[in-house]
Amino acid sequence: MLQIIHLTVNGRAQELAVDIRASLADVLRRQLGLTSVKKGCEVGECGACTVLIDGRAVDSCLYLAVWADGREILTVEGLRAGDGSLHPVQRAFIEKAAVQCGFCTPGIIMSAVEIVGAGRRYTREELRRELSGHLCRCTGYENILDAVQQAVEQTLQQASS
Amino acid sequence: MGEESIIGKSVPRVDALDKVTGAARYTADLCPPGALVARILHSSIANGRVKRIDTAAAAAMPGVELVVTCFDVPDIAFPTAGHPWSVESAHQDVADRRLLNSRVRYFGDEIAAVVAVDEVTAERACRAIEVEYEEYPPCLTVEQAMAADAMPLHPEICPSNVLKEHSYSSGDLAAAQAEPGLLHLHRVYRTQPVQHCHIEPAVSFAYGEGGKIVVVSATQIPHIMRRVVGQALGLPWGQVRIIKPYLGGGFGNRQDVLYEPLNAYLSQRLNGRCVLLEASREEVFACTRQRHAITFSYHAWARPDGTLVARDITAWSQQGGYASHGHAIVANATTFLRDIYQDEQALATKAYTVYTNTGAGGAMRGYGIPQGCFAADCMMDDLAQALGLDPILIREKNMMRPGFVDPGTGIACQSYGLADCIRRGRELSDWDRLRRAYAQQSGPLRRGIGMAIFTYKTGVYPISLETASCRMVLNQDGTLQLHLGATEIGQGGDTVFLQMASAATGIPFADIHIVSTQDTDIAPFDTGAYASRQTYVTGKAIKKTGGLLREKLFAYAARLLGCDAAQLQLCGRQIVSAAGEPLISLADLAQNAFYGLDYSEHITAEATSHCADNTFAFGCCFAEIEVDLPLGRIRPLKVINVHDSGVLINPQLAEAQVHGGQSMGLGYALSEEMLYDEKGRLRNGNLLDYKLPTALDTPPLCVDFVQTVDPSGPFGNKALGEPPAIPVAPAIRNALLHATGVAVDELPLEPKRLVRLFQERGLI
Repeated sequence: MLQIIHLTVNGRAQELAVDIRASLADVLRRQLGLTSVKKGCEVGECGACTVLIDGRAVDSCLYLAVWADGREILTVEGLRAGDGSLHPVQRAFIEKAAVQCGFCTPGIIMSAVEIVGAGRRYTREELRRELSGHLCRCTGYENILDAVQQAVEQTLQQASS
Repeated sequence: MGEESIIGKSVPRVDALDKVTGAARYTADLCPPGALVARILHSSIANGRVKRIDTAAAAAMPGVELVVTCFDVPDIAFPTAGHPWSVESAHQDVADRRLLNSRVRYFGDEIAAVVAVDEVTAERACRAIEVEYEEYPPCLTVEQAMAADAMPLHPEICPSNVLKEHSYSSGDLAAAQAEPGLLHLHRVYRTQPVQHCHIEPAVSFAYGEGGKIVVVSATQIPHIMRRVVGQALGLPWGQVRIIKPYLGGGFGNRQDVLYEPLNAYLSQRLNGRCVLLEASREEVFACTRQRHAITFSYHAWARPDGTLVARDITAWSQQGGYASHGHAIVANATTFLRDIYQDEQALATKAYTVYTNTGAGGAMRGYGIPQGCFAADCMMDDLAQALGLDPILIREKNMMRPGFVDPGTGIACQSYGLADCIRRGRELSDWDRLRRAYAQQSGPLRRGIGMAIFTYKTGVYPISLETASCRMVLNQDGTLQLHLGATEIGQGGDTVFLQMASAATGIPFADIHIVSTQDTDIAPFDTGAYASRQTYVTGKAIKKTGGLLREKLFAYAARLLGCDAAQLQLCGRQIVSAAGEPLISLADLAQNAFYGLDYSEHITAEATSHCADNTFAFGCCFAEIEVDLPLGRIRPLKVINVHDSGVLINPQLAEAQVHGGQSMGLGYALSEEMLYDEKGRLRNGNLLDYKLPTALDTPPLCVDFVQTVDPSGPFGNKALGEPPAIPVAPAIRNALLHATGVAVDELPLEPKRLVRLFQERGLI
């Protein structure tokens, strides 16, 4: 059965007819072509499908598309500014070599965007906890933590200057 | 060479931008809308035979396009290992799999498949298939499978369940043991099955086009896959086309051909309609490949000064239901045992690979060496402890030295940084102070520091001749395209290949573009990403092709300018004279070459480099831990790896590669294990119950390098990809020995096991 939902995705209003059984991850991938939303387990274990829903990081594989009615969704496709410049988190991931195979990357970036948006400093241990819902087999998380830390610092510095 | 300095420079990954913006496309992202969806029906027994299978209800469901069973598929047995094919039948991989199997050999064996309009329909149709089995008792362990009355799983291949065995000996073992005053230790070291856990599940889609079957797949080995799909379907290999886009991690699981032949067959049966076959995470665990569980019965004889006099080692490798890479893994482990340490008098090794009714073991990062290293370096610490020696001292006394040549393979130690790696690790870890500080502890929380060392070969020569090809194509603007059959699997291959191409041609790094996707109809031949071979073997092809391209550029320039090609040089984007005077820019040269009125040549270069060479990389791990005795929990405090991988092409990416290996090693040491129940069903085949390290489980990861210049490496480089995962588990085990005095001979070092051992030893 289909249901019409209205939502904002990466800043754009969308009206979609979605299967009431469909996950948000599938709808974003198939109906909107937002393939950065990765499916690694489809049961909320790996974090690869993380998107921001009204600013909060959520596993979109566990979230029914119909629940997104009236909400704002953000994926990495929506992070770049109009002039093409990267979000500080994206920049930091490149500079710190936090990207390897890249499959978990979009999901972790979205969690990091939420963290950076909180407008406060985090200890390394706090960041480890915040990111522990994401599995990565390539990096050992070391450079990812460095990248998130850098993005947090830069954003705070910019806010204070 | 204009851009020699690009070697050793930490340029950012060329694929990073696409990967942080979502522009990078992986296999499932490329599947066209409207593709049909396939699901596999897996056996619900571990050992037996499908007697009857009723698909009527499934086939009648609306939206079901095709149901095939193990009784419908061609009776062709094929091999799946991602090895180069051998022209000698004795060296060909074991062909023991069919697209679907009526003889069930593990819990989850593929017995039928459904293709439907969507995944829900396909899933429901799979559930509607009724199967009747003839069930046999499963052989879940090597012991059960080797019992005299065990039923052979593949009688047509081998009469017992021993797929293969081999032995090696040097010296007179009996005479060596007879020397008075020797310490003799006998230990049994056990390693567990673990899974690669690449975050992108196994996935492919297949369709017919141009009289060919096209398979788009997340694979490390597109050219090998073309051959295997051809073999499995009985098709000429040229009628198979494999396309490999970006890949979400490989780690060796995708150095095997997984469901691609079945996927191709399903599409073929549907006249080439596009069929998507995505394995669930649970299927990836239960039904793809895993690291072999290997058990070592390990005897060692040493003098009181630590000299290793003799060893006698037997290894049993649990293969699972199908051969995959088979005996090559444990054979590699036993070769490692004689390479990393040398016995003064005698060594005997024997190895068995044994079919069992469990998931198939295949290639996984380190290819048998993590298992071998666990055995070798547990024994080194056990000897050191028994003799009252420092663990580093006993290793230094017995480890590989410069000039070593392996007696079986002939591989020579061509560059040697092992001793320096240990020295560096010793400093960085504060080894001497901490060994003393943690020597006498009491109380429930104790700390320890341990270490382990390893060596690793670079590529697979002389098991097979290594070969790689490269193509360079000049663009109209004087920039260059780089085409390779070697694959980017997340390790950073594309970036370092471009660095190498820049060094080899003299063309600036920014002016060279790599075609990241391999399409076997277009990409030059290369066997792919495995054996830590690509920077070495493919690197040689890049170097050779770069030389050819330069010759062609200079020949064209000489003709155009009327000068001697031998006097020309490339400097930045300019062709210059011997004196350094700019003569013509590459852009102008290219414009002339493409569009000149007088002589046109599309300047390309292509070369195959065969590599009849190999070299040893080295490294070590130092691990500091805290153990909570009542909880049986180990908290790693710091993990330090120091590697000699020769010259680093890109130090920042090399360090990142080591981090990932350290993390995989931590999981192997502390938490990862595939657990089977008494029926042979995998109990923890998901990412919740199977404990992959998270950021919270991971200590600070420290990395350092000792850069030797390997004379056989194209740029002085040697193996890096797999080695970091090798030494972590024994280093942690030895740290636990230091902290508690308890030698644990079985992985993983998880609380249930540790609490039992601590209780036995009266520590709690």
